Amino acid sequence: MARFLIPLALFIALAVFLGIGLTKDPKLVPSPLIDKPAPPFELPRLHQPELKFSDKDFIGKVSIFNVWASWCAACRQEHPFLMKLAKEKAITIYGLNYKDAREDAKRWLIQHGGNPYTAIAYDDTGRAGMDWGVYGVPETFLIDKKGRVRYKHVGPLHSQVWQEQLLPLIQKLQAE
Amino acid sequence: MTSSTLSKRILGGLLLSLFIFTTQATIVAFKFDDPNKEARFKQFSEELRCLVCQNQSLADSNAELAMDLRRELYKMIQNDATDDEIVSFMVDRYGDFVLYNPPVKPTTWLLWFGPFVLVVLGLIILVRVIRSTGKQGDTELTAEEQKRLDTLLKNEKEEN
Repeated sequence: MARFLIPLALFIALAVFLGIGLTKDPKLVPSPLIDKPAPPFELPRLHQPELKFSDKDFIGKVSIFNVWASWCAACRQEHPFLMKLAKEKAITIYGLNYKDAREDAKRWLIQHGGNPYTAIAYDDTGRAGMDWGVYGVPETFLIDKKGRVRYKHVGPLHSQVWQEQLLPLIQKLQAE
Repeated sequence: MTSSTLSKRILGGLLLSLFIFTTQATIVAFKFDDPNKEARFKQFSEELRCLVCQNQSLADSNAELAMDLRRELYKMIQNDATDDEIVSFMVDRYGDFVLYNPPVKPTTWLLWFGPFVLVVLGLIILVRVIRSTGKQGDTELTAEEQKRLDTLLKNEKEEN
């Protein structure tokens, strides 16, 4: 019996591992930034270049930091959801405009239904984005009151991710 | 020389020159005065993964991010950054995933040692199977078998 049961057990174990592998998206790379302080940066703002936006602006509240660009197609898909969050005043939304032309970015916001961001940092070279490990726009980071990165979502934000992943964590962080 | 072979040669030459320009383009982008630095740059850009197109190294990829990271790598090498500094720059931002050669640590033990464990397990199973079949096999011939063998051998001799 063991002659047949051992290979069968090995086969089932292999099939289970491969099956789990199939459900995972290889494009999602875990961020090494989770639970670490936000990478330091200081950038001019998109709308008021004379003002700065830095990692210190995260301190004191729970916020999301959304990386976007006017050239990014998936950002268009995500934008109505960000607008909804902003209207409901669900959370403070900061933006990182990544490797974009200032005028294009401003025009894009007007054309796509408005500006959901409390402030937008303008990263034209992408150097700050590099420090944040950005590899596929849009990306959204959840930042706690102490300015630490607590969660990262790669790809457009939508209500399912919001309800299942972000909202429970935000409620926990608000209480901290 | 006929005009058609001439035009074929010209066309061939032009096609070849396309290859020359494309292969040079990636090298010319970064100038090194020191061949050692150039070798380090080449080595690192081949050992680091581009996150946008995941099965390409930084050297192979034309993605914007890969270009930015190559530029950053170039700067670090020009400033004599150590190997550890370069690796930790990449890993701090993108995780171990950027390394084609992952570090040995508890989460990668299975990856590093799993194949050896499998080989040892396979050897143990192989040895046990060989031993158990060895015990089962009866090498002594019965009297009847011996008699049959003798007649077979005898017949063969006679035929010769």
